[in-house]
Amino acid sequence: MRVIHDIPGGIHPPERKALSRPGQLRELPLPNRLVLPMRQHIGAPASPIVKEGDRVLGGQCIAEATTSMSVAVHAPTSGTIVRIGAHPIAHASGLDDLCIELETDGSDQWLSHSGVTDYRAQSPETLMAHIQQAGTAGLGGAGFPTAVKLLARERGPIETLIINGTECEPYITADDTLMQCEASAIIEGAQILAYIVGAANIVIAVEDNKPDALAAMTAAAGADIEVATFPTKYPSGGEKQLITILTGKEVPRGGIPADIGIVCQNPGTAVAVRDAIVHGKPLTHRVITLTGEALTSPGNVRAPLGTPVETLMEFAGFQPPMHPRVIHGGPMMGFALASLAAPVIKTTNCLLAPTPDELPLPQPAQACIRCGLCAEACPASLLPQQLYWYAQAKDQQQLEKHHLFDCIECGACAWVCPSNIPLVQYYRASKAYVVDARQEKQRSENAMHRFEARQSRVAHEAQEREAKRAERKAAAAAKAAASGEDPVQAAIARAAARKAAQAETADEPGDPS
Amino acid sequence: MFGDYALLLVGAVLVNNFVLVQFLGLCPFMGVSNKLDTAVGMSAATTFVLTLASACSYLTYHYLLLPLDLAYLRTISFILVIAVVVQFTEMVVRKTSPLLHRVLGVYLPLITTNCAVLGVALININKAHNFIATLFYGVGAALGFSLVLVLFAAMRERLVIADVPEPFQGAAIGMIAAGLASLAFMGFAGLVPS
Amino acid sequence: MLSNDPLLAALLALLSLGIIFGALLGFASVRFRAEGNPLAEQVNGILPQTQCGQCGYPGCRPYAEAIVDGDAINKCPPGGEDTIQALADLLDVEPLPLDAEHGVEKEKLVAYIREAECIGCTKCIQACPVDAILGAAKLMHTVIADECTGCDLCVEPCPVDCIDMIPRHSGIAHWHWQLPSKTTGIIASDRAAA
Repeated sequence: MRVIHDIPGGIHPPERKALSRPGQLRELPLPNRLVLPMRQHIGAPASPIVKEGDRVLGGQCIAEATTSMSVAVHAPTSGTIVRIGAHPIAHASGLDDLCIELETDGSDQWLSHSGVTDYRAQSPETLMAHIQQAGTAGLGGAGFPTAVKLLARERGPIETLIINGTECEPYITADDTLMQCEASAIIEGAQILAYIVGAANIVIAVEDNKPDALAAMTAAAGADIEVATFPTKYPSGGEKQLITILTGKEVPRGGIPADIGIVCQNPGTAVAVRDAIVHGKPLTHRVITLTGEALTSPGNVRAPLGTPVETLMEFAGFQPPMHPRVIHGGPMMGFALASLAAPVIKTTNCLLAPTPDELPLPQPAQACIRCGLCAEACPASLLPQQLYWYAQAKDQQQLEKHHLFDCIECGACAWVCPSNIPLVQYYRASKAYVVDARQEKQRSENAMHRFEARQSRVAHEAQEREAKRAERKAAAAAKAAASGEDPVQAAIARAAARKAAQAETADEPGDPS
Repeated sequence: MFGDYALLLVGAVLVNNFVLVQFLGLCPFMGVSNKLDTAVGMSAATTFVLTLASACSYLTYHYLLLPLDLAYLRTISFILVIAVVVQFTEMVVRKTSPLLHRVLGVYLPLITTNCAVLGVALININKAHNFIATLFYGVGAALGFSLVLVLFAAMRERLVIADVPEPFQGAAIGMIAAGLASLAFMGFAGLVPS
Repeated sequence: MLSNDPLLAALLALLSLGIIFGALLGFASVRFRAEGNPLAEQVNGILPQTQCGQCGYPGCRPYAEAIVDGDAINKCPPGGEDTIQALADLLDVEPLPLDAEHGVEKEKLVAYIREAECIGCTKCIQACPVDAILGAAKLMHTVIADECTGCDLCVEPCPVDCIDMIPRHSGIAHWHWQLPSKTTGIIASDRAAA
């Protein structure tokens, strides 16, 4: 029996999971148009390898990875590429980005694909290459390229693979549904992942508010895969928090779980890995929770990537209230979409359409009363109040001293704040400011070195010129001394002689020039 | 006997704190307490000066002035001693930490006129301390000064980024905080009979 | 003798004190001589190193040395408010708003040469203080964007005016969250101030 530890802080917001009917998975009818952004994950964007007018088949790679921290994009179905250009995307900024727009032809023809018959006969490197080519990224919300995450095995021995079925954020039930409907696929994926990273133990983590998922996973797991459950608390599903809960160990500051021999993956990622290895199928669809009281038929759907949000909202019966808001992600860590034309991407786990009564618009922030509730709620044992003051003062030194970069941006502090201060926004802005300041410092140091190098080069060249001049002068003086005549007078004499010679030839008759 | 010296030390640090209870040395207290690093540097400098100056003053008084029946010259000769010690300290600081020297600026030579330093020297004479007691008293005064300076600097660093109403920003809220701290230190009264 | 003549005794006592201390200080001033000016190095490290000359000095290091000598810290537009704040923290002076006489803080820019119009005269290459322009006589010139500090010194010398200053950061890759506005907007005077 595994000892379950507790994390500091944490909150218990209302779960509201039953609203989206976990356990029932619907397939979305094929949309007319799919929009695939080049940036669907952490890292460098992919680069299109098709042109407008091309016909593509389902599963065909339409954009390739550009760097090692980049992931390919595949067409979810057959159709024609109608446009490659800027299109609204699901991003907190509301800006547009490069997208490939695909008009589907309805026939859903797929490229023939086949996986490996026995993954245990392949080397982990080969399997990681398959995963990379299949465009697999973390489906938990952060979108880390999976093949890069699995490279962690090179940092040191990995003992445990954790499948993170916690899904602690309210409203979201995508992983819950996946665990109930495709438990064996998750187990298979977990086994493949464990083989790749060389982990001896697999642990499936399920919070205790998902009894059906727990039962399904336990039934599918068998004897040698452990299914662990623990009390519900937000944000237990954060990677670092989950590791502490299950093992009591802490991921070192600035480090990754692989440093203590653990790798975490989302259940959806495990299924995507299984599809990539066993069937050779790239990542083209995912389970998305459509929820919120503004929807008449909320639930979980499996949708192709690139489906515009408005299509999904129509499918779920969206009744826009007076101030419509559709949140990409959950109520704690999601953001409101600027445009419903934006498509869903690999990291879209939920679309939340609340009514204003359900999730009121943010109240205006008031003055901080220094109550300290935020510090009690912080799961990373930070001091949010101090970070708030230093963020306002833009005091980079103190922000770093108070471990700003250990903040997981879970929003627990902002949730408890009695003054409605948007604390997480302060921390996000400060992180950007500090990273910017570090980069500027690097640039200015670089510029200083280049400037000093240039100064010394210019001085060196001037010195050389001076030396050469002095040399020539000395040589001329030596020559004059050797021949015993004044070089200036000799030059004047030569010039006079040449002039005289010219005058003579000009005097000769018969020469009109 | 050691107990007496310990009481003397505690008395100088807390009960009769030179800055917040006896109100000596307020000029560097308000002027240098903007930042914690500066305050620590200043406390180190003042501690050095205080200890050395009180020892030298004692020696000067007992071995030069008293034998020659020149007790009435103590004020001017103590000032001379303190000025020399401060000058010496300034040279050492400039050599070891030019940044601290630049930051302390004019407050470093102003330790000469720091009434706390002259106060310690004179009070030692008034109370007829022996040499050990003089040292303890000097160190205690320095510790008390450093304690208050560092505490106040930490407070002021937080006040700078806090949400202070405009009429109170800057020196005003600093003075109010100093007054409140003084009230707090007066709570030590009666701890040590003196 | 001395006890009969108190004035002489006093004079001698003070004189001897003065001589002893004078000797001590003289020795100390030689022993603790400080060399160089490391503070200017630290100030230079804070300045943005664009070497643009907008502060009125021919480069960042001369301005750093001037600051150490007492010049105002608010003359650097490329450094902007962040640099002024950092200098104020280092030197423990009041941060001042940027002196508009020397320029205003603009977004970060890089130079861009319109290659169709470039005549290959190398005047911009000679002007660039960090050698960020690649090229040679009668050959194409181009700006290495990663090394360009946006100092603007290449724009003037170009005889065909083919250099543009364009924003360094644009698009979604460089977007980041902004600090929420400080005023709460609850009371009318706060909203008016915003």
